[in-house]
Amino acid sequence: MTRTRSSESDEDSSPTTTGGGGGRGRTEMRVIVPLQGVVQGRGGLVLGSVIPCALFYLLQLYFKRHRSEPTPPPQTLTEVSELNRSLSRTHLSPRGSSAPACVSTRANSIVKSSDSPFYVGLKRVSEDPYDELSNPEGVIQLGLAENKLSLDLARDWLAETAKDSILSGGGSSGPLSMAGIANYQASDGLVELKVAVAGFMSQVMERSISFNPSQIVLTAGATPAIEILSFCLADTGNAFLVPTPYYPSFDRDLKWRTGVEIIPVPCRSADNFNLSISALDLAFDQGKKRGLKVRGIVISNPSNPVGNLLNRETIYTLVDFAREKNIHIISNEIFAGSTHGSEEFVSMAEIIDSEDLDRDRVHIVYGLSKDLCLPGFKVGVIYSSNENVLAAAKKLSRFSSISAPTQCLVISMLSDIRFIQKFIQTNRERLQRMYTKFVAGLKQLGIECMRSSGGFYCWADMRGLIRSYSEKGELELWNKLLNIAKINVTPGSSCHCIEPGWFHCCFTTLTEQDISVVMERIRKVSETCKSPR
Amino acid sequence: MRLIVPLQGVVQGRGGLILGSIIPGALYYFFQLYLKRCRSAKPNSNPPSPSSSSAQLADLSRSSSRSNLSSRGSVGPVRVSARANSIAKPNASPYYIGLEMASEDPYDRFDNPDGIMQLGLSENRLSLDLIETWILENLERSMIGGADGHLNISGIATYQPLDGMMEMKIAVAGFMSQVMGTTVSFDPSRLVLTSGATPAIETLCFCLADQGNAFLVPTPYYPGFDRDMKWRTGVELIPVHCRSSDNFALSVTALDQAFNQARKRGQKVRGILISNPSNPIGNMLNKETLYSLLDFAREKNIHIISDEIFAGSTYGSEEFVSMAEILESEDFDKNRVHIIYGLSKDLSLPGFRVGVIYSFNTSVLAAAKKLARFSSVSAPTQRILISMLSDTRFIQRYIETTRERIKKMYVAFAAGLKQLGIECTKSSAGLYCWADMSGLIRPYNEKGELELWDKLLKIGKINITPGSACHCIEPGWFRCCFTMLAEEDIPVVIKRIQRVVET
Repeated sequence: MTRTRSSESDEDSSPTTTGGGGGRGRTEMRVIVPLQGVVQGRGGLVLGSVIPCALFYLLQLYFKRHRSEPTPPPQTLTEVSELNRSLSRTHLSPRGSSAPACVSTRANSIVKSSDSPFYVGLKRVSEDPYDELSNPEGVIQLGLAENKLSLDLARDWLAETAKDSILSGGGSSGPLSMAGIANYQASDGLVELKVAVAGFMSQVMERSISFNPSQIVLTAGATPAIEILSFCLADTGNAFLVPTPYYPSFDRDLKWRTGVEIIPVPCRSADNFNLSISALDLAFDQGKKRGLKVRGIVISNPSNPVGNLLNRETIYTLVDFAREKNIHIISNEIFAGSTHGSEEFVSMAEIIDSEDLDRDRVHIVYGLSKDLCLPGFKVGVIYSSNENVLAAAKKLSRFSSISAPTQCLVISMLSDIRFIQKFIQTNRERLQRMYTKFVAGLKQLGIECMRSSGGFYCWADMRGLIRSYSEKGELELWNKLLNIAKINVTPGSSCHCIEPGWFHCCFTTLTEQDISVVMERIRKVSETCKSPR
Repeated sequence: MRLIVPLQGVVQGRGGLILGSIIPGALYYFFQLYLKRCRSAKPNSNPPSPSSSSAQLADLSRSSSRSNLSSRGSVGPVRVSARANSIAKPNASPYYIGLEMASEDPYDRFDNPDGIMQLGLSENRLSLDLIETWILENLERSMIGGADGHLNISGIATYQPLDGMMEMKIAVAGFMSQVMGTTVSFDPSRLVLTSGATPAIETLCFCLADQGNAFLVPTPYYPGFDRDMKWRTGVELIPVHCRSSDNFALSVTALDQAFNQARKRGQKVRGILISNPSNPIGNMLNKETLYSLLDFAREKNIHIISDEIFAGSTYGSEEFVSMAEILESEDFDKNRVHIIYGLSKDLSLPGFRVGVIYSFNTSVLAAAKKLARFSSVSAPTQRILISMLSDTRFIQRYIETTRERIKKMYVAFAAGLKQLGIECTKSSAGLYCWADMSGLIRPYNEKGELELWDKLLKIGKINITPGSACHCIEPGWFRCCFTMLAEEDIPVVIKRIQRVVET
């Protein structure tokens, strides 16, 4: 009743609302509502407002239903030609043909997503690859993190043992077992391979950490391993914090099908591109303000594209940060064995090894593409001690399992301890030598690289060569390098680096003689860049 | 007469008729909107109970992290995503429970004669000897390749196209034409290779439907579809029931009905998923049905996914007709048809994990090629298969022999069941038969069916798939795969069934 009273006083103060001017003098005011005849008296207060509301709500519901009906976007109409078969005539609807079937919105965005310079460069190389003898004018590949330095070792081993290892099902001297390779196998990998991979991981990481084979899920490459973890740790619309510069394909692996967002956490050259917790904290809060639920941090250690390692102090701070915010950590350690400096690599597995609650939030991605130089084999690893993640990942591995012949091949390769030992050692030496030569070559041209101790690449500072200190200037230089000098490097902007002028150069697909060719080609471009200044 | 409404003072006179109902309506609408916002902003309810029971956070002995330790203290165990939680739950379907039990205690004539016999997995082990012989003779050559006998390491160790090597696509396209036994030819550039047919189906599902969209699927269907089509894609499956009175053949009226019902529920149907030859029944779609399916799809403007993974495993007199053949022979809108294939069934190599997407739609192909990064076939396997599939004489002999052997097993197995009074539907393809055990179940419902399944598994020690796992609407049907057995196993199976039936 207070309401009526107050509205009466409203009426006094606002004399303009009435129509026709007749209502002013009346003592009894009348309001017409649609349900006049039905709702009268005191109950009208409630029913008179509830019933129209309900009607309105139902109307809304009705509209909603109708709106969601398929409305195929008008595309180019294909003509439906004369139907000359008799069989289907009877079923032909009089409504006739409709527009061509459209694909899903997510497929459309995947198709349309413009390729970043990273992918454009890779494509260019694959169309016109450099070869010292047969195509000396081709494009030299420095954009793909692939190690060809030790392929000869793998080749010699395969040539000797491939047949026996496949036919024996991976065992060293078992009887021929077709069933071991032809039949259905566990989709998350053979137990023997898990044991072998766990052994390889401890060997590569050069520490006393032992990996528990039952905490391993094997996938067809590290790419699906990352995607599966993204599916398991975050729901559509959630986000991960990722320090930049980061590996360009994370934008595909973490986001495409999962619907997860990436919040970049910028690292700067002033800090040697080291990760700072304050930047993480800032990004976390900003994400929160934007209404994004942050579910984890994704780090690469050794970092790709910079090549530096996280020290123990930073790792513990990261874990503390993750605990404080109650989020996960995905640690991509795919380059763990490809270190070439004196610095020590520390794996997140140390955290998993510990006994406290934190081990449930740490998940490691590994693979044999980099450290064993076998990207064609497509073997990836998820290592976690979170039971829910393991259970889900094992079931999801049905979508990306490794074929059995490959598993057998890898089992016997990894079980050959002497070969592996020699391989790791030789590979490190070769990596170190190439790194030193390549960096020295760049230095002669006045290009400095960030000090790095892991990975197949160096992170080169070409700020001096770009004309305008911006992303545009960087891409201009990239374009010149690709199309004039014919070398494909990855510009920092593809890695979401916030400072322009940094380039990712992989040197492990080259031979030693190629280095001088690369340097000569860069020199040509750098001279044209410097001249106008 | 007085009527009191909330907006008495504001809306009066003639305008009150309209405003008096619109304004409260609008207020109510905004209120709804507000409620909805608030609801979705709330964090996920019912957190999964921590599996690690009360792990203490205490005793932090390391010093480096002390300084950063927040004063707010520790939080509970970290949670996984809601979708992972629902996936991580233990298997509920008898299909997976049976597979698991059989793999834990597998029957072996000599080593484990009391083990569980596997009739739940459609895997063909009848022709492994042929594959074995070929591999023994040719493995070295196929892996090492090259006429000079020099191992071409960069052909297997380095990065390869994610959607399969071109040589492999050509070889697979050739094999498909050979298997389908007709004049239809497959264009290698329309192939995308994946690590098994499972990711091929999932990839197509991602490409054709968005979250919340639906596919029509005739029942009974392969139990794995519930994982492949739905888990990560967020797509729904609408069952379209086929009945024993029609020999479980697909009817377009049932499709139409299901389509309209879904529409009424507000679901957007994006396609039909058919298996041809059907799994679990083993019958095939004839030309007439394929035509009417295509017409139906055009009328509703939806896609067709045709799973033809058993195309070569036929043994009847009936002829298999591929969707590709129909499309080639007449002028249809090819853009809406997508074929799934693989080497797991027809080449008996499920361990090799090779699946195929064959599509006429350029957008689907472009997207599927990019998505192949998540399920590539490893290079050594591709090398072996390239030379195996290119050995046309071997393949020809292999296909013929396998067909004969499947046929022999089918006849022997169905005859064995018949002796027990169990009839199978007439089938002409696949590695299984669809047996009618409705006379053996009591009560006549899903519960009775699962009781019989349980008895067969635990007492009879044979694992077969109950119809309910395939979403069959009639109880009492079971799928029995017979290609995992040796011929001498059949009497054992029949005896075991008999023992259960008699109790």
